[in-house]
Amino acid sequence: MGKTADALCPACAEVVYSGDEFCEACGHRLGGAAAPPAPAAAGACAGCGAPAVDAEGYCGVCGLKQPAARDHFEVEVPGAAGVSDRGRRHSRNEDFLALVPSPGGFAAVVCDGVGSSPDPDRASRAAAEAGSAALAARLAAGEDPEAATRAAVLRAAEAVAALAPSPQEAPSCTYVSAVTGPGTVTVGWVGDSRAYWLASGGGPAADGVLGPSRQLTDDDSWAAIMVARGALTEAEAEAHPNAHVITGWLGADAEQVTPHVRTFAVDRPGTVLVCSDGLWNYVPAADGLAAVAGDAAPLEAARTLVRHALEAGGRDNITVTLLPVTVGNGAGGHV
Amino acid sequence: MSEPRFDVSVDQNKYLPAGGTEVHAIVSVEASGGAVAAPPGAAAEVIIIDTSGSMSYPATKLRSAVDAAVAAVDTLRDGVHFAIIAGNDTARMVYPASNELVTASDATRGKARAALRKLKAFGGTAIGSWLRLADELFDAHQDGVRHAILLTDGKNQHETDEELDAVLFRCGGRFVCDCRGVGTDWKVAELRRVASALLGSVDIVADPQDLVADFQAMTEAAMGKAVADVLLRVWTPQTATLKFVKQVMPSVEDLTGRRVQSGPQAGDYPLGAWGAESRDYHLCVEVAPNEVGKELRAAWVKLVVPGGAGQEERVLASGNVLAAWTDDEAESTRINARVAHYTGQAELADVIQQGLRAREEGDLATATARLGRAVQLADEAGNDPITALLRKVVDVEDAATGTVRLKRDVAKADEMSLDTRSTKTVRTRGGGA
Repeated sequence: MGKTADALCPACAEVVYSGDEFCEACGHRLGGAAAPPAPAAAGACAGCGAPAVDAEGYCGVCGLKQPAARDHFEVEVPGAAGVSDRGRRHSRNEDFLALVPSPGGFAAVVCDGVGSSPDPDRASRAAAEAGSAALAARLAAGEDPEAATRAAVLRAAEAVAALAPSPQEAPSCTYVSAVTGPGTVTVGWVGDSRAYWLASGGGPAADGVLGPSRQLTDDDSWAAIMVARGALTEAEAEAHPNAHVITGWLGADAEQVTPHVRTFAVDRPGTVLVCSDGLWNYVPAADGLAAVAGDAAPLEAARTLVRHALEAGGRDNITVTLLPVTVGNGAGGHV
Repeated sequence: MSEPRFDVSVDQNKYLPAGGTEVHAIVSVEASGGAVAAPPGAAAEVIIIDTSGSMSYPATKLRSAVDAAVAAVDTLRDGVHFAIIAGNDTARMVYPASNELVTASDATRGKARAALRKLKAFGGTAIGSWLRLADELFDAHQDGVRHAILLTDGKNQHETDEELDAVLFRCGGRFVCDCRGVGTDWKVAELRRVASALLGSVDIVADPQDLVADFQAMTEAAMGKAVADVLLRVWTPQTATLKFVKQVMPSVEDLTGRRVQSGPQAGDYPLGAWGAESRDYHLCVEVAPNEVGKELRAAWVKLVVPGGAGQEERVLASGNVLAAWTDDEAESTRINARVAHYTGQAELADVIQQGLRAREEGDLATATARLGRAVQLADEAGNDPITALLRKVVDVEDAATGTVRLKRDVAKADEMSLDTRSTKTVRTRGGGA
């Protein structure tokens, strides 16, 4: 399954060949933006520097297990960036992110493998890669962002379902995407990974237009259902043992995938934050996230947010993607 | 050559708290698979019978020893190289007459039986001289399984401790020797020293009548060994210290001092010969503390067969002992059940030996405390054979708390059995491996 995804251009989904630096069809630089970087120079230990790393990934001098490429990876395209980190408690990173340029903006997908399913790391990677490739191809072809978002979720769902040898052993993951363009943001999701709007200005906005910082998605989760029903307050729900039980996911065992899709108009510069719960567990509110991110450039701000979650405990994998949005007249916006 | 398949598995809790440095693991080595036996031509067996004067008091002792040696000879497969040595204050050949091994066949087994029947008991005891002769006989057979059985009934009176030590040092790794004490006039600590240096077992055969079955079993086990010399090679990180390596199953044997440096960060521990069997080892490594989230290979354990002349050494199996630092207390405080079990079993052997020594020296308070602790440990571990032996030496009031009273009259054989078998361990309660 991974092989199929690897052989497609992440931007336009045309078949590409290993060794190609650019996609023959759309010119997208391959192996750079959407995939995690290659591990550090083969053989040199990340701990003591000795050129003694063996085939099992341990240093022959100090014994250190070499960090996996996926433990911490950063993806940058001109103007936007994403960072994903294993955190401090998990033995591997089961989150994945994909980020590609799109006409007038960016498209990003963040997926979080469901820990109770087999191979959640494969699920999140397959979903993010298939989803972002489908988004890029459809947007490049001029498709409407909402339609492209919906189709991309379904494509990602197929990719994840195809990983399962049986419905009883179904790798699964969450999914959240954001497509930005001048003056517009479209988000789509299944599960409890989130998108937020981090605004540069705090003043009120007209109806139906994104004004101050706010959350753009509503979790498919037990906690969100309880809060929506008025059974629990947000704080109570988050403290409950069931807080992280999700009610929607991608996987062969998901009954029917119904992506939520929303589009917003934008009246001021700002940044769309797409993230996994490894971040928002520590800072659930949009204002708080905007304050942590500050006004640094996207890569620096994404690193700051990840570091914040790590310092707060890093109990889960942490993935953060930041997509600056212009208001439509070309005015750029940092966080 | 049909060689068994070796598997190494590691059982541990790899998680350490921030600042933690001590890593424990149980390394299990299991050999399994089809016809597990060395080709007969490669096996060599030497039987050493004590023929000192005391062996004729009572006369059944020598007679039983001869019967046992006959049974062992009858158990030898055709083609195995063998010899029989008689030992008193010197060693001499029983069969063959010359200092060499002969090939087992109906004819040679018959001659060996006849020679054994003529044995007479006289003179003293010098175990080192017996082993030296055995070593000489094995000299021409260093590429196969080499096994000796040593039977004695007395103390090593006719040579010094230093002489015996020198011989043990020379013979270590040259052949494996299982030792048996018959009667109750021999010294457990002394025979344990011999067996331990020569990677063999030690046991008491209180009743000479039981020797035949025991010799037969030992010879059969020796015939079942498929690989002659196996080494446990342990690599550790440059900044780490290997605190100890102990065999903990089937018996406790501290191997720490047996280390032979085999590389800049690796040492070899000789394990002797292997058949279809499994043994467990307890490793303790002290590593330099690392950051939370980092993971280390704290030890890399390999089972190695050294190459003979012109042969490459072979790695039969390997396993990793890991260390990973976490700030999650639930992970770092979890106690690995098998590490705990074998830590208790090693302590059990120690407290039994200390308790018996204190009892012998008349320090009854220490004896009661140590043997009480032993009762408690044996009970916790489900080591029923040891519990049964302990109950012949102490009256148990409460096993769970280790409350015991020393028995007034204890048969010498019971005390020696407990001492000899104190190092025998059991697997985790419930029979799980």
